Amino acid sequence: MKIESPHIGLFIPCYIDQFYPNVAIATLELLEKLGCKVTYPLGQTCCGQPMSNAGFEADTEGTTSKFIRDFARFDYIVAPSGSCVLHVKDHSPKIKNLKKNQEHIQSNIHELSEFITDILKVDSIQGSFPHKIGFHASCHGLRGLRLASDSERNESAFNKTLQLMRDLKGMEVVELTRKDECCGFGGTFAVSEEAISVQMGKDRLADHIDKGVEIIVGGDMSCIMHMQGIAARENESIQLMHFAEILNQAIS
Amino acid sequence: MSHPENATVFLKDKARAKWHDETLWIVREKRDATIHQIPEWEKLRELASQIKDHTLSKLDFYLEELEKNATANGIKVHWAENAEEHNRIVAKILEEKNCKAIVKSKSILTEECHLNPYLEERGIEVVDTDLGERIIQFLKQPPSHIVMPAIHLKKSDISDIFHEKLHTEKGNVDPVYLTHAARLHLREKFLQAKVAITGVNFAVAETGEFVVCTNEGNADMGVHLADTHIACMGIEKLIPRRKDLSVFLRLLARSATGQSITNYNSHFRSPSPGKELHLILVNNGRTKQLGREKFRNSLKCIRCGACMNTCPIYRRSGGFSYGSTVPGPIGSILSPGIDLKKFSTLPFASTLCGSCSDVCPVKINIHEQLYEWRQEITKANGSSLKGLSMKMANGIFKSPLAYRISGKMMRASLKNLPDSIIYNPLNTWGKGRDLPDLPEESFKAWYKKNRP
Repeated sequence: MKIESPHIGLFIPCYIDQFYPNVAIATLELLEKLGCKVTYPLGQTCCGQPMSNAGFEADTEGTTSKFIRDFARFDYIVAPSGSCVLHVKDHSPKIKNLKKNQEHIQSNIHELSEFITDILKVDSIQGSFPHKIGFHASCHGLRGLRLASDSERNESAFNKTLQLMRDLKGMEVVELTRKDECCGFGGTFAVSEEAISVQMGKDRLADHIDKGVEIIVGGDMSCIMHMQGIAARENESIQLMHFAEILNQAIS
Repeated sequence: MSHPENATVFLKDKARAKWHDETLWIVREKRDATIHQIPEWEKLRELASQIKDHTLSKLDFYLEELEKNATANGIKVHWAENAEEHNRIVAKILEEKNCKAIVKSKSILTEECHLNPYLEERGIEVVDTDLGERIIQFLKQPPSHIVMPAIHLKKSDISDIFHEKLHTEKGNVDPVYLTHAARLHLREKFLQAKVAITGVNFAVAETGEFVVCTNEGNADMGVHLADTHIACMGIEKLIPRRKDLSVFLRLLARSATGQSITNYNSHFRSPSPGKELHLILVNNGRTKQLGREKFRNSLKCIRCGACMNTCPIYRRSGGFSYGSTVPGPIGSILSPGIDLKKFSTLPFASTLCGSCSDVCPVKINIHEQLYEWRQEITKANGSSLKGLSMKMANGIFKSPLAYRISGKMMRASLKNLPDSIIYNPLNTWGKGRDLPDLPEESFKAWYKKNRP
């Protein structure tokens, strides 16, 4: 690491704060175990993505300004969500009087696995997780942040999240038929295009279930919430987890 | 009907919807297999993108160069400001030739201009000679896909249509048998037509020639048997040099169907002795799109259809659900520029997953333009109800206290309310999905206790 002890601002997306505190706790503990100095700014709320993707980017200046004020003091900002990180980086409206701080945040915000591999330079985490998993590549992390190679482009294969889990003893990663098709969550899409959204989620689940996956592992709780909701409704026993929970368990 | 309504109807026939999704996914897989045989694939995409960007930046210059060189080759060049003018030009040529029946190979531009009904109203028989197009013409349907116009139909559907129209055996679904019947039927039409219409895949400014790509050879058959060839092109179908084809022809068929190249790539440069060759250059809103900075590069499109094959929404809702001439992701960024109100649900018919942008052979940032169209549409709609709730959301999120209170209230009320009265958006969520189990406390509350 370039900086002796960088100060990390933990950005916990609003729905994780409210619905999935265990994922946030796992993220915090994992970063601490990896030797990071982490602070969760208590005033934080939301990055503004749900509004922007619904077409109201212009109305999120207040939310964005607040985000910048909460996080500008940190060396790095880390979140267990590719989607929210992509939003802050690429889609939040430009705030003129906070230009310098906004640019600092946009160049130093990272999705969790990207931060661990690229900034902390950790190659993989040692431990054990004896389960058969399927990896759900969430689109914004995959094609927006390029956390992994995708099936559309002709490029060398890589996957920053799976790389971190590669040495976990006993873990088997199954090959899916459609390795990176969208699950159909898509923010307000989940409600405005309900029929397709649910069908896409069912199709994704079926791909994992057909391959005998015990646990679907992903990096975005929004996709997981959507698929989990369908699995519960359909009485499927398949489990869904955020990779932070797995790595945090494995490392301890 | 809006896209979500159409999609809901499409998905009601579960078996057919699944078949549609899987059929198009196979095309996507074929495309994947073939592009991985080209180590320089990503470089080719970048080159194509740059050539198109350059061409669009000097479109006026290249169009005039094309006109000059084509005219010198003996091609009669026409300019059409809009669909109506395009149709009038075609009708006038047909009138001069006293032509009452024409053959036409696939041209999405003529679909866009609604040329067929225009000519049919004037007593002219139009026969689409692309097999898929002929099939849907029997059904009086528009194409549901720009490359595979009848992809929404199964073999058994086609067998039924041919039984009715071409008197093939009832229930015979053998593709060879059915194709042969279509061939005999079309052969008659080819022999009768004095005028043939084709689209244009690429027009080359430097040489004044144009290229038509087909798999069936139907464009060539029509053109060579007729005395007059009318080629119709949108003004964006331009490339500066003939050698640029070495980039685009490698990308087009691989992206479209997974073939290494289309079976017929025919260059038309000047009319055969005694024959006529017309080229109609159509604007129809393209210069308007060129003037929209955020949406300009949608004009780079070479109409390969790869974004449709990959789109998880297109595959599960079908081409007709979009209600626009060009369906799917590319259609959803082109159509709002034509009629913002009519096509206002299309940019929302996406999860912004980005697959379209990554398959696009000319690197159009389709999903980013979908996002930008959403911003334009909400601005144009003013303060709708959805807008109000989003403004309230911004109010909640910019104040930590309001966020904490509303979050607490939400968690409390979700726990206590019976499912039936949970307010509307969550109600829609709950049609096919459960809500997550609710934790005792938020992370924020946990953090305050555990990291004081």
